[in-house]
Amino acid sequence: MILLVIGVSIAAFLLISASPIDPLQANVGQAALGSMSQEQIEKLQEYWGVGQPPMERYLAWAGDFIRGDMGTSLLYRQSVSAVIAVKLGNSLFLMITAWILSGFFGLVLGIISGMNEGKFVDKAVKGYCLVIASTPAFWLALLLLMIFGVWLKVLPIGLSVPIGVEASGVTFMDRLRHAILPAVTLSITGVSNIALHTREKMIDVMESEYVLFARARGESRWSILKNHGLRNILLPAMTLQFASISEIFGGSVLVEQVFSYPGLGQAAVTAGLGSDVPLLMAITIISALFVFGGNFIANVLYGIVDPRIRKGAKER
Amino acid sequence: MKNGRKTILEIKNMSISFKQYAEKKGTKQIDLPVIRDLSVTIKEGEMVAVVGSSGSGKSLLAHGVLGLLPYNGKMEGKISYCGKPLTPKKVEKLRGNEIVLVPQSVSYLDPLMKVGAQVRGGRKDAAAKERSRELFRRYGLEESVEDLYPFELSGGMARRVLICTALMKNPKLVIADEPTPGLHLEAARQTLSDFRAIADQGAGVLLITHDLELAMEVADRIVVFYAGTTIEEASADDFRQEDTLRHPYSRALHRAIPQNGFGYIEGTQPYVKDMPEGCPFGPRCEGFCEECQKDIPWVKSGNGYVRCIGSLEAGRMRA
Repeated sequence: MILLVIGVSIAAFLLISASPIDPLQANVGQAALGSMSQEQIEKLQEYWGVGQPPMERYLAWAGDFIRGDMGTSLLYRQSVSAVIAVKLGNSLFLMITAWILSGFFGLVLGIISGMNEGKFVDKAVKGYCLVIASTPAFWLALLLLMIFGVWLKVLPIGLSVPIGVEASGVTFMDRLRHAILPAVTLSITGVSNIALHTREKMIDVMESEYVLFARARGESRWSILKNHGLRNILLPAMTLQFASISEIFGGSVLVEQVFSYPGLGQAAVTAGLGSDVPLLMAITIISALFVFGGNFIANVLYGIVDPRIRKGAKER
Repeated sequence: MKNGRKTILEIKNMSISFKQYAEKKGTKQIDLPVIRDLSVTIKEGEMVAVVGSSGSGKSLLAHGVLGLLPYNGKMEGKISYCGKPLTPKKVEKLRGNEIVLVPQSVSYLDPLMKVGAQVRGGRKDAAAKERSRELFRRYGLEESVEDLYPFELSGGMARRVLICTALMKNPKLVIADEPTPGLHLEAARQTLSDFRAIADQGAGVLLITHDLELAMEVADRIVVFYAGTTIEEASADDFRQEDTLRHPYSRALHRAIPQNGFGYIEGTQPYVKDMPEGCPFGPRCEGFCEECQKDIPWVKSGNGYVRCIGSLEAGRMRA
């Protein structure tokens, strides 16, 4: 895991180094830079470490990062950790909702569809999933925005809090109302992938020899689903569910952008466009940690849930 | 010799075919006949072995009787159970209770469910528990086996567990689908004698196997299956000598047994798609003649049945 983080950070750092970001310009601004004397510029260049080899810069940054100092965000004029804490809080709410909703509905739809392979229900679910899977998230977001925000006017069109209300006056319900549309968008896009995978898996299970035998023993469809279907679908579903963290993370960047929702995804875009190197680096690392964490948890759970792995490990 | 007994299962002219897309043509569907004109009768307390080589459609016979064919499978012919037609609705009710299947291998058990729970088939009541314990004792399985997962079972244990699943209820008909592969001779013999014991207690046993030698040891009657059809039905005694067998394929099978000389005949069993006209064994048969290319009837011959023109004529000549 540490290796992974180091790898990701080096890659990100190299990419950023290679980009034409001039620290002076980014920090001081074009206009201010133009009015400075050569001496001042040199002083600043020294301060920002222009001309230092990338290796040294990276080590300096990494050393600070490990000590918990992620630097100061250029755009927000706050420490990066403070910015991320706020943004992450906003995003997490969105992502967790989307994660749970898409996981749940994906699983249910997938199971229903897999149990009824070839029938109308299956075709309907499959059709829905394929349409959604080939729909760009931002387009869906715009569509929902138009329907619920502009035409029906039942939900706000963007941001995470009402406009023109003091921070102290914002209620939890306000936040919730603002999160509904982005969360729903994320869920809808997440569902199709999970449902299609679960469906495939369910069909495999239904065609398996143990299900044939269960039928030969007179078990009903419901009892087969209860005794064998869920049991065998659980492991792949778990992997999918945790792997989908990365997709939801990626989706949130687009969706937050459309809804101007001040979350981590939007911050990443802003940081990238605004040459906010410390913030961008920190977000990159945190995203990597999330995705890695998701897959790692899935792996650990596998060992706990699957008796074949659990018992195999014990014997060793 | 078992004439006074009640017939449990009677299969008459059973045919099973599959709808398939014709190769490369895309939308055109063809019917692939996998089993044609199969007839088997099983009486109370009787063990009938259906013997055939791989790919002759033996397992499908079991699935067909149990109404477990895949959606593109079609079954024709008459199956009656205890004298009454066995309708799909009826078989759905009977399977698992009166008609049970003992599957081929441990892969028919749910890999993620403990063995004990699977033997009980999801039942959790005390009676089921008691019954499963009793069966485990009868088949020499320790109680701790209940808590194992299928992947932890040895071949012989798995076999006994599978038999236990079948005996949870009191079945009248046990269909054993290839119960011996992968077992060494002693274990295979033990397994088959377990089935013999089930038959001796009054149930009918349909044993589907490719092992003629073992089948001869335990079964009352043997039905030889070739390329999807029955070609001879004879008592196990008839199989002890080549002369008492009626069909050239059965005789060839007999010669192939190691003690009888390990004899073999040229050629392979034809695949469904290029089945010859008339007798499927024709192209490999020494006595092949023009008559063999027509439909061959299933006729009584002594205390058995045969589907062969040549043996009919031989019979006539003898008479």
